[in-house]
Amino acid sequence: MTTGKLLRLIATLTLAATASLIVPGTTQARLTIEVTGGVEAAQPIAVVPFGVSEGLIPKEDVAAVIGADLVRTGKFRALPTRDMMAMPSTAAEVDLRDWSLLKMNSLVIGRVEQEGSGYRVSYTLFDVVGGKEIASSSLSTTSGGLRLTAHRVADQVYEKLTGQPGVASSRIAYITASGHGEGQTVTLRVADADGSNPQTIVSSNEPIMSPAWAKDGRQLAYVSFENRRAAIYVQDLTSGRRDLVASYPGINSSPAFSPDGQRLAMTLSKDGNANIYVLNLQTRELTQLTDHFAIDTEPSWSPDGNDLIFTSDRGGSPQIYRMSTAGGPAARVSGEGDYNARASYSPDGKSITMVTRVNGQFRIVVQDLARGLRKVLSDGGLDESPSFAPNGSMVIYATVQNGRGVLATAAVEGGGSQRISQDSGEVREPAWSPTMK
Amino acid sequence: MIPTLMCPVRTAAGRLGPCLVLSLWLTGCAEMPQETAPLTGMPPPTPSAAPRTTVPTASTETPRPTYRGPWEDPSNPLYQRTIYFDYDSAEIKPQYLDVIRTHSAYLGTTPAQRVTLEGNTDERGTREYNLALGDQRAESVRKLMLAEGVTTGQMATLSYGEEKPAEPGHSENAWRLSRRVIIQY
Repeated sequence: MTTGKLLRLIATLTLAATASLIVPGTTQARLTIEVTGGVEAAQPIAVVPFGVSEGLIPKEDVAAVIGADLVRTGKFRALPTRDMMAMPSTAAEVDLRDWSLLKMNSLVIGRVEQEGSGYRVSYTLFDVVGGKEIASSSLSTTSGGLRLTAHRVADQVYEKLTGQPGVASSRIAYITASGHGEGQTVTLRVADADGSNPQTIVSSNEPIMSPAWAKDGRQLAYVSFENRRAAIYVQDLTSGRRDLVASYPGINSSPAFSPDGQRLAMTLSKDGNANIYVLNLQTRELTQLTDHFAIDTEPSWSPDGNDLIFTSDRGGSPQIYRMSTAGGPAARVSGEGDYNARASYSPDGKSITMVTRVNGQFRIVVQDLARGLRKVLSDGGLDESPSFAPNGSMVIYATVQNGRGVLATAAVEGGGSQRISQDSGEVREPAWSPTMK
Repeated sequence: MIPTLMCPVRTAAGRLGPCLVLSLWLTGCAEMPQETAPLTGMPPPTPSAAPRTTVPTASTETPRPTYRGPWEDPSNPLYQRTIYFDYDSAEIKPQYLDVIRTHSAYLGTTPAQRVTLEGNTDERGTREYNLALGDQRAESVRKLMLAEGVTTGQMATLSYGEEKPAEPGHSENAWRLSRRVIIQY
């Protein structure tokens, strides 16, 4: 067989496959983020366009990225560049009285300089009201990492001013779908928290579901029907390498990584009904945790790895139960409501977010575990798939707007809300990454 | 056009030939995403009926399918292959018992014939819970057909949950049509 014939054969065979893995780095349709609320109590901040060394044209407007990141939290409003009276880029050039006149609480200045084939980004944060410098740092980056570095600066500024870690440098995994029936295209994508840099991880004509992050942010587990049955895959985001980890008869669903990354909780119905199992990813040993004729699904680990919460309709309606990962009895956790499902823990383990039904409407709630208090975060009718931001300040979820699937975020306690959509098709099943180091 | 690098998906043992050619090719390509061997003791994936290709756009006319069996004949009782369910229920309603008996009787007389029972739900409620609910619905039909004499080897179940609605849209009608098990020959 000649090389040409072999290549043609390979082309035919690869077209015949229903799913395609896509090399990280390919970019796709951008997500658009609108800030939809929560700016009343926002603090005024000025992020001055960063100075650059002579002749350098950085690929990103670092100050604009930082400003947008801070505004998206709902806790800040940024001074438009046109209203600035001076454009200092070093501490020596700063006269805080200029910024006090503009009623700013805080000021960020900085510079971008060439460093080898990459950049060095330095910044200084001032407390305008207190009249002093409060933070200063510099970060080195490759030229491709400039935007991520800007997100990191935003996170450092946010943490200094609010006492809480920022989430601008985290990422979001989500599912997109376009078309219907046999012509459907479904993809699993990962984008930066500001919607930029979307990358397709896997694409298929069959459903893809339930993306779940490993705690190091380097792997995603998901369910794909590419072989015309549900199977669970674990994929490394850097290399693209993936493992088929569960493909039993029946459903293979709801993967959830343990906090130590060693185990994967999942739902299997191989013995006739849906139960929770834990797969040790190293030894491949499978342990059955629940054994009930009702539906048990949607497991989520407590941050300390000691407990799992899951959905069960063993009491007649779907409710959230908690059990030890060592096994044993399960106790109901969810309070009021005749439909509570797909719960997951907040990063501090003190509360859970879940889907609840209120007067026939499916909405997102946060429930405090110690006191049982609930707070409804969304106002749609088909809201689902809630996921905490890695700092616990927000929940991202899927909702329907004008008949189309979009994502939204809501602040748990004060702060901004956002709507995230794609130029075409549906976006759903968001999963917020852990904090990326 | 974005270059999408496609990789072979896991193939069943029956497709070893093409799989081998691909693996030879893959070993020469260091950056290619790869899959490891399946777990030992894990059942092999169900072979898909036919390799699927990229779906043509709506403008192209689909060729007339060849006749595969009596379930494709609108005047045959086997033509009715869908069983509908109530919201959040996997209980088979009495009006569908005849449908199940008709198919069970046919499968009893054609022991080589296999079916897949595809369970589906409407979009209300969570996706993962619905995947389990669709599985329960398919399982309800399977158990009844088993009681009617169909053998275990003739039936497979497959839940799509809410991922394959009968109709797009968010109406009562779309929901009613989506809560179903399809007997696929």
